[in-house]
Amino acid sequence: MELTTAIELRHITKRFGKVVANDDISLEIKRGEILSLLGENGSGKTTLMNMLAGIYFPDEGEILVNGVPTTIASPKDAFACGIGMIHQHFKLVDVFTAAENIVLGLEGERKLDLKAASAKILEICEKYGFSIDPAKKIYDMSVSEKQTVEIIKVLYRGADILILDEPTAVLTPQETDRLFDIMRNMKADGKALVIITHKLHEVMDVSDRVAVLRKGKYIGDVATRDTSPQKLTDMMVGHTVTLNIDRPLVENRHRRLEVKDLTVLTPDGIKALDHVSFDAYGSEILGIAGISGSGQKELLEAIAGLRTAQPGSHVIYHPPAPDEPIAGAHVPVDRDGEELLGKNPRQIHDIGVSMAFVPEDRLGMGLVGSMGMADNMMLKTYRSGRGPLLDRKPPRQLAEQVKQELDVLTPSINTPVRRLSGGNVQKVLVGREIAQNPSVLMTAYAVRGLDINTSYTIYNLLTEQKLKGVAVIYVGEDLDVLLELCDRILVLCGGQVSGIVDGRTTTKEEVGLLMTRFVKEAKEA
Amino acid sequence: MTQVKSHEPLLRIAKRDSIARPKAWAIRIVAVLLSLVVSGVFIFAVTKLNPIAVYEGIFDGAFGTPRRSWVTVRDAMMLLCIGVGLAPAFKMRFWNIGAEGQVLIGGIVTAGFMRAFGGDIPTPALLVIMAVVSLLAGAAWGMVPATFKAVWNTNETLFTLMMNYVAIQLTSYFVAAWENPVGSNTVGVINQQTRDGWFPALFGQEYGLNVLLVLLLTVGMFLYLKYSKQGYEISVVGDSENTARYAGINVKKVTIRTMAISGAICGLAGFIAVAGSSHTISTSTAGGRGFTAIIVAWLAQFNTFVMILISFLLVFLQKGAIQIASRYNLNDYASNIITGIILFFILGSEFFINYRIILRGGKEGGAK
Repeated sequence: MELTTAIELRHITKRFGKVVANDDISLEIKRGEILSLLGENGSGKTTLMNMLAGIYFPDEGEILVNGVPTTIASPKDAFACGIGMIHQHFKLVDVFTAAENIVLGLEGERKLDLKAASAKILEICEKYGFSIDPAKKIYDMSVSEKQTVEIIKVLYRGADILILDEPTAVLTPQETDRLFDIMRNMKADGKALVIITHKLHEVMDVSDRVAVLRKGKYIGDVATRDTSPQKLTDMMVGHTVTLNIDRPLVENRHRRLEVKDLTVLTPDGIKALDHVSFDAYGSEILGIAGISGSGQKELLEAIAGLRTAQPGSHVIYHPPAPDEPIAGAHVPVDRDGEELLGKNPRQIHDIGVSMAFVPEDRLGMGLVGSMGMADNMMLKTYRSGRGPLLDRKPPRQLAEQVKQELDVLTPSINTPVRRLSGGNVQKVLVGREIAQNPSVLMTAYAVRGLDINTSYTIYNLLTEQKLKGVAVIYVGEDLDVLLELCDRILVLCGGQVSGIVDGRTTTKEEVGLLMTRFVKEAKEA
Repeated sequence: MTQVKSHEPLLRIAKRDSIARPKAWAIRIVAVLLSLVVSGVFIFAVTKLNPIAVYEGIFDGAFGTPRRSWVTVRDAMMLLCIGVGLAPAFKMRFWNIGAEGQVLIGGIVTAGFMRAFGGDIPTPALLVIMAVVSLLAGAAWGMVPATFKAVWNTNETLFTLMMNYVAIQLTSYFVAAWENPVGSNTVGVINQQTRDGWFPALFGQEYGLNVLLVLLLTVGMFLYLKYSKQGYEISVVGDSENTARYAGINVKKVTIRTMAISGAICGLAGFIAVAGSSHTISTSTAGGRGFTAIIVAWLAQFNTFVMILISFLLVFLQKGAIQIASRYNLNDYASNIITGIILFFILGSEFFINYRIILRGGKEGGAK
């Protein structure tokens, strides 16, 4: 069957200041086909699609819709062409229902006929296999339901060219499968679909054709059945990359952190963590899996002394033995274990616990965006040294060292870190935390937004720390990586521990089921 | 399927990556020149006067005689002092709109001590005492909203603003209490005969001590913000409170301490205004400078040395405006409009320093 071309991009170039985000890209999007747009972060996938959605305007080149050259200067123009984009960050009004959100902003009759709208929504649901309650409020919805509303919103507006920007980033494996089924239904209906992603197995799973971008350039497209994850990675990165993560097993492990009945409330009084108990060992990477917002952030922040826990909670720190390589710099704390709860980060530091923490919000918590690398290096150590004045010499040296060892791209160590790219920001943060010679290292989404090379640099750094005897806690979202990197995986579901499994023997399905265990039980009950 | 035909937008705005310093200054100078041209057109259109003559009048008003020059310097120092006081608070992103009140409180205690102890305590000692109490009073006035913000997370903008009105009412109360002569509704010049508690002439200049004190503060604040541990803490808290907590900084303590410093310097400005300049107290002792100083602090991006320049510019314009108003029989509003036009262009030039305008067909990568 010959596929008809829905959209043709010809020689599209888009620049932001000196950065060329898209460089002379030509691409065809066909009806009845799922096209994967693959590329590392910063390779220009979202920029390219934003030009179809009317958010950006190309500097050069032209866009043909159904063979006719078309100017798309606003999202309204895009809708008129039948192009609908589902963004990574949802744009919904929380206090409105699904139906209200879907009809929001539509021109039409003066009187709003929500009943008719609901009927039309249910019709769309039936056709493609969605399930949604049009009268449900957005704030009552799970992430996956919100995404469904976003998709229906563009279908309702008559879109037949759909662009999904990293739709699976927030979904469990099961929800992802369901989304892919719906996408296949839409394909069968003759719609053109584009999925932006950097997860290779999803590309292999759902798409018919893959177009690869690298550093703003169009590398080429291949039929999915003719390629393999390894080939695609090579295209993405430009050279051959080994995709294996080294996972040496350390036999002699000592308990480092003992978390008992940890309960933490959100400011609204809802339980963010509910009686969480586990042990973390030195020389081990403990992975934390879960749907985003299951309490990962609260768990790490509570251990780091940034959140108050409920009475009865305990986080007990067991120092490394004096003969361990990482024991050197540590003030001997109570050998039987030291309670960390109730102490702020400074007090934890003062009793001799060297705790490294790479938070999720790099520029809003881990670093000071307006300061350069050098000033950021002393964020935790600026108090050292006598007198009221800062000693900027050691942080400058450390900054130079981190810049060199981790290959940080920055014009100077005094350039505000806010201006650096995501990967370089993360290198600065991880570099500083590791440089403090920690005994506990906690990372939250350490590779989010990073390219493959940097991601593997980070994995190697974590494994290196593990071999030194550090207790590493790794909160991650990519199950494939968790399964390859971690010795054990703790699964959080709704603030509770739904299981702790061995990283070497478990499967993705098992972890995926644990991620939604309590939700299902609650529904069945 | 309908096909949309529309044109590329006429104007687009793009953020600049960075800009070379000479280019930034060129933009600013062009802005000032443009503002003079626009004001000139305005002057000519409304008054039929020769704009050049009017500009001469402005200069004459600020620097026409040695006396005028010194008054300009004195007022610029006053504005600078308050700006320096605001710098740490704004750097911490604490919106201290209460400088006006902090200045008045410093002024009230200064005037009180001057009246009560003038003659009993030798002037040098009295000056030291008045400086200390005005610092303490300003600090206390600044710490009230800071404490509420730190403990109960109240909105500091409204809180500091309302504290101004409390300070103004207090001032009215003391003016009534200290009225001299009775019925005048003013305090009059305190210790006019004896000059007890007045700033002595320094280097033969009446306002020499004002200049010295304020410049010392300017240098001191620059060093404090840039090289001290506390200055570093202020920057971290100003950038992100979460980062500050992550670094183990006690955000509450830093908030209160910084506002104490900010209020203290504003209180000291009140001391300088009373003991070093007007030798009396009234509700106009601060005279809106507490608000004007906000412009000074922001335009200078909290760099206290740049504040010197901006304080002089603002005072220069103000003095000139008064002069041309009286010389050409324009009313105050006409001269205020000229000041407004000039400020509008200077503030507006910052937009062109941060952004570029791209015309239709222009290449986004083309300009630097």
